[in-house]
Parts: sequence; C-alpha cells; structure tokens
Amino acid sequence: MAQLKEVCSFDGHSDRAWCVAWNPSGTLLASSGGDKVIRIWGKEGDNWVCKSILSEGHQRTIRAVGWSPCGSYLASASFDATVCIWSRKEGEFECIATLEGHENEVKAVSWSCTGSLLATCSRDKSVWIWEVTEDEDFECASVISSHTQDVKHVTWHPNKEVLASCSYDNTVKLFKEEIDDWSCYSTLESHDSTVWKVCFDKSGSRLASCSDDKTLKIWQEYLPGNTEGVVTTGNNPTWKCVSTLAGIHDRTVYDVDWSHVTGYIATACGDDCIRVFKEEDCSDKNQPSFNMICSVTKAHEQDVNSVCWHPKIPGLLASCSDDGSVKLWQYLEN
Amino acid sequence: MSQNDLDNANPTIYEVGSERAILPEEEDESVTDKIDTREVFDLIRVINDPEHPLTLEELNVVEQSKVIVDDDANKVTIEFTPTIPHCSMATLIGLSIRVKLLRSLPPRFKVDVSITPGAHASEEAVNKQLADKERVAAALENSHLIEVVNQCLDDQKRKLG
Repeated sequence: MAQLKEVCSFDGHSDRAWCVAWNPSGTLLASSGGDKVIRIWGKEGDNWVCKSILSEGHQRTIRAVGWSPCGSYLASASFDATVCIWSRKEGEFECIATLEGHENEVKAVSWSCTGSLLATCSRDKSVWIWEVTEDEDFECASVISSHTQDVKHVTWHPNKEVLASCSYDNTVKLFKEEIDDWSCYSTLESHDSTVWKVCFDKSGSRLASCSDDKTLKIWQEYLPGNTEGVVTTGNNPTWKCVSTLAGIHDRTVYDVDWSHVTGYIATACGDDCIRVFKEEDCSDKNQPSFNMICSVTKAHEQDVNSVCWHPKIPGLLASCSDDGSVKLWQYLEN
Repeated sequence: MSQNDLDNANPTIYEVGSERAILPEEEDESVTDKIDTREVFDLIRVINDPEHPLTLEELNVVEQSKVIVDDDANKVTIEFTPTIPHCSMATLIGLSIRVKLLRSLPPRFKVDVSITPGAHASEEAVNKQLADKERVAAALENSHLIEVVNQCLDDQKRKLG
C-alpha cells in the first residue's frame, strides 16, 4: 500500500492556518492564517525552520498567499480587504505595496505565468486583475463582476493568460481578455454547493474542482474542431465535467492541488483527512477513472484547509489546518 | 426598539426544563465522562433571544430533542426553530449557537447548526451561510457583529434585565 509519511510538523500559528504555498524553486514554504501573520519556512541543514515572520501588513486574517513565478514577490490576501505585495531581497521581506479596492474580505491571489498579471477575488463577488509594471507598480486592469456570490478562489492557467475562478454561487468560471477587456467565456455548472477551489493540471487542458457538496470533479477542455464532436461556440473551447468523485469525502473539501510533477491530486477536507488520487493508466481521456491511492485519517487534529505539492520534489506535500499546524508529507509507494 | 419593529412582537413562551441532576460519577474525577446531549443542550438553552428578554429555550427555538451528540464520532448536530418563518434574526441566532459551541466544546468536535426543516422561508440560504466557516470566521472579526453575538451569549444580561 502506498502511504503519505509525515516528514515534519511545524507549530507556529497561534490560530487557524488557512494556506500553504511553495515558492517556485521549492526552497521556501509560506503559510498564513487567523493570527494575521505570514510564516516563511525553509531548510537549514536537515531541519525545516521558520526563517521569517511577516507580521506588519494586515489587520485581519490572512486567507491566502501566492508567490510570483520569479519567486521574488509574495502576495497576501486578507479579510481586511487589502492585498499586500512583499518583495524578497537577500532573504529579507519588505512590504512594497498595499492594493486597495475590494469592498470586503479578499479570499485568494494568483500570479499569471509571466508574472505580469495578478488576480484577486473577494466576498464582494468581484475578480480584479492587476497589471504589474516594470517599476513594481500595480494598476487595476479590470474588475470582473460575473459571479453572483462570494468568489472563493482564482487561479491562472499554467501557460496562457486564462483565469479560472470558483464561488459560493456553486460555479466555476473561465475568463480571458477580449478586445481590451476581461470577460467570462465559460461557466461550469455541476457542483451542488460552494466550490472552494479550482486548479489546472500541468497541461492546462484539465481542471479539478472541490466543493462543499463533498465531491471532487475533473473537467476536460475541448477545443473548436475537436474530434470528439463536442460543440463549441466561436473560437472558445468547451469545458465538460468528465469525472465526479463522490462518496469519498465525509465533509466539505476545502482544497485540491494537482501536482505538475507527478500528476497526483491531493485534497484537504473538513474531516481532518488528506487524500491522494491518481488517474488510472490507459484511462479514457473523455471518461477518465481516478482512484484514491492513499489517505491519512487524522492528518491534522482539525479541518485540513490547504494542500500544496512541492514544485520539484516528487510526492512532497505541504498541508495546514484549523489546529494551527503546518505539516510536510512524503508520498511513498511500497 | 419599539414593539412595532419586532419581527415577532408576541411570541409564545414555553416552560423551561428542570436543571440537570448531577450524578455522583460525574463528580468523580477518575471516571471518563463523555459529552452528552443534555450537556450540549445546557450550553445553548440559556442563549438570549436577540429580540426579547427571553432565552432560546423559553421561545422553543432550541429543544433537547433536536440536539444530537456523538462523542465517539466527535459530532454535534443541532437544529433550531425560528419563532416565525420570516424571522430576520435566524442567521444571528444560528451564529450565536455556533459561537457558543466554538467557545465551549473541545475543538475535536465537528458542529453542524441548521434550521429545522420547513421552519423558515430562507432555510437553505441561512444553512449555507452557517455552514461556511470562512464567512463565520470573517463575521467573528467584525467588531459590531461580535458585540451583538456576545449580548446573546451574556447570561448576566438576562438575570439583571
């Protein structure tokens, strides 16, 4: 049986830990939470230690953090309605900008593949796209009001300027720039409750989404002129739900991460469990089969809120929980 | 607030249950004592109604029969019944129950709070909001809202008033 072996556990957050994120080279892990601080973890010798604590910046819970593709910047999203941009120079972090505009809680941040765009989303139902200028300035390029409720998460396509978002309105939406403005070109409806997280696979032609309806769904992109005969409109692709994994998670699934290294999918669930899924070999692209290859019950003392695969080391996973702890796991095939 | 502004100006008042009898083994520190239904009900029955100087038990908003506790499975499920189907205080009452249990129960418990099926016009919307821990967390950081919740949870207020 394959297993996730606990590598280490960090106690540091004095409140719920909401988010963990690896920097692109995988040398640093950022975590954030209800204690309004960001902790930066790194390896010293054989041990993982807390390298920095970023505490000046937000007045309320820090819901999420995201690294720029170059690794020099970290963006943080807070319930205080602002986004802070932290610059990392010679190991030191400095807050260089505070982005204001959202009316209330900011829930997520995501940098585009080139690092020239930053997306943020909020309970105010909007998605904002910020342009990053040469001189570290951030200008609002678009405010998209397409969701009818709280937007829970935003994430960019791995190599295109295509943005995906998910919401309390039970949908996933895809956006791209058309004639000088950003607009929604596809709305994915299949979940029965809040969609907490959406993420792309390595190719960007698939999405995984997880929800309060306790399911995990896999979506496949069909381009115009596809051989499967899936109907498309204009030059836009059609996204179709090709797999629903139900009856596995006992409570809300808060996070899903699709490894770009191994192709494994990890989920963080309100039943304190971390699960790992793998697509069956020779699985049909249009009707793929995903199997749970391992799970850790009581991975944390309370709800697991976030999981993040290491960008380089196969099978290394970070997680965090309502119990305030951050853990590292290694996937092992026995 | 004048009587005319209240959602339900004339609520029916119910008789409250008797105090819990404490058994000798419960006072014995060497006996492992599971958290039971009555214990959880005792935590929420004394919550103040946001509109009236009455408790949720006196208004029959909470009942012991609608509290389910499974200590082994770390699960608490509570249904509450707003006094009228259009009660605008339903979310606040649910939030008060949630906060009370958050502050009182060990964190290992998974708590679900929802409206008794069929008891409220916006049942689904209120239940969805109460189940969203991110919204609950944000609400608890809102100083105005937390003050209102704390008033509901202040048992001194009722005794003095």
